[in-house]
Amino acid sequence: MRYVVLVAFEPSTWDLATPQQRDSWMEDHAQFDRFVAAHGRCIATAPLAGVDDATTVRHVDGRRVVTDGPFAETVEILAGYYDVELPDLDVAIEAAALLPSAFSIEIRPTIVMHEDEVG
Amino acid sequence: MSWAEDALATVVREEWGRLTSLLLAHFRRLDLVEDALGDAIEAAARRWPADGVPDNPAGWLHTTARRRILDRLRAEAMAQRKAPLLLVEHDHAQSTATDGTRADPGDLVEDDLLRLVLMCAHPALDLAAASALSLRLVLGVATPDIARLFLVSEATMAARITRAKKKIVAAGIPFAVPSADVLPQRLDTVAHTAYLAFTAGYAPGSGPDAVRITLAGEAIRLVRVVLRGRPDEPVLLALLALMLLQHSRRDARVDDSGAIVLLPDQDRSRWRRDEIDEATRLLGSRRLTGPVTVQTAAYAVQARIAAEHVTAPSAEATDWARVVGHYDDLLALSPSPSARLARAVAVAEAHGPQAGLDGLDGLDDELPLSHRLPAVRAELLTRAGDTQGAHAAYDLAIERCDNDAERALLTQRRDALA
Repeated sequence: MRYVVLVAFEPSTWDLATPQQRDSWMEDHAQFDRFVAAHGRCIATAPLAGVDDATTVRHVDGRRVVTDGPFAETVEILAGYYDVELPDLDVAIEAAALLPSAFSIEIRPTIVMHEDEVG
Repeated sequence: MSWAEDALATVVREEWGRLTSLLLAHFRRLDLVEDALGDAIEAAARRWPADGVPDNPAGWLHTTARRRILDRLRAEAMAQRKAPLLLVEHDHAQSTATDGTRADPGDLVEDDLLRLVLMCAHPALDLAAASALSLRLVLGVATPDIARLFLVSEATMAARITRAKKKIVAAGIPFAVPSADVLPQRLDTVAHTAYLAFTAGYAPGSGPDAVRITLAGEAIRLVRVVLRGRPDEPVLLALLALMLLQHSRRDARVDDSGAIVLLPDQDRSRWRRDEIDEATRLLGSRRLTGPVTVQTAAYAVQARIAAEHVTAPSAEATDWARVVGHYDDLLALSPSPSARLARAVAVAEAHGPQAGLDGLDGLDDELPLSHRLPAVRAELLTRAGDTQGAHAAYDLAIERCDNDAERALLTQRRDALA
């Protein structure tokens, strides 16, 4: 199964964290990486810049409208993602549980568009 | 019902979960398995009355369903212009042969059934949907019956079950037993889904309640099925005890006209003694004395409260001090306003109406819509001699109550005030 693991957090959590807390979070991410490598593979991952730097593009009445900010104003914001291949949801949940407990994690299976994509 | 129909109904009732899990273990295709089993049952309904009931009815259904699945897989493979199905069968034969850890066929079946239960009651599924799905896939309860139990339309229930099945496939919810450190938590979810189905049967609602209470009994069967594979699981033992104690009073809960009969007024000879005895034995299990999950402890203490009521020789002989003690335990485990309300009732029985009324302090903010809170207050005020206060409390309870049978009882009590 291929899953995208979305990591969301409240920006203030990171801003207010002590250096020790940040170090322990980085170690959690490293643990996640090791677990995923042991049970499947990581296809891509990246931390995302804050929503201050986000740009939203929509079409309104056939016209392209570009605005500053994210497409949804929420307390928690998307902080990063992992695109991973793991055997099943239980393994994905086990992996997600290794990520920093200050984060909310959403696991989304991807949709297979072509049979060739199945690894 | 003819003998063949009877035999078919029995095998469906007894073996549905086993057949589903066996086929799933083999083919891992939830969509095909359920359809094929449905087809097999249809075929049996046509053939058994004419040909006679086979010696091994479950085996007959399994073989027929299995053939149906192979046909479908073959058709799919043809459609995709892939290798013929011989390959699929070969793969399965090999994986079974090389898996040396699954030597005991008995364990294998129980294990598969547990896998099915854990898949249906997965925490990634909506709890109500998981509950319905468990009844459907593990016990083979028909969708219209499940709809009736949960008081929704058949179409709504069918959609809910379909959505849950779709998520199992799309999200990759495994047909597997998780690691030992996660298993207790997962069995808590299994218990929770079963209890949800059970309480649905007792929730006041429309329709003939007797049928829904029979359906609530299916939740007990679900717990028994899981216990067959995990006979020492504390959460299941505690939950079974709780359900049995509540269910044992089913025949005495309403009178012939359908009106509610309160616990002190119930005909104790109509309680099911065998179920009460079994529950009492379960509560004495050593499995419940060691360290258990919070949920297990909460089920056990609720069962002990119910046991105090049903094992007392009469309502007057209830040991209310012990009941209060159990409520203190329950509140320490999982504080809730409804448990505090119930504790106040027990306190009133043990120490008089004023002590009970004191126990209601502060609950109004937490239960602003409850009709039970003013109903209890009305009863305690009546006992304390405050008829005027009781009248006002009954008015509020009647206004808030949306169940006909309960409202009738409240109105009757109010009108009986001097």
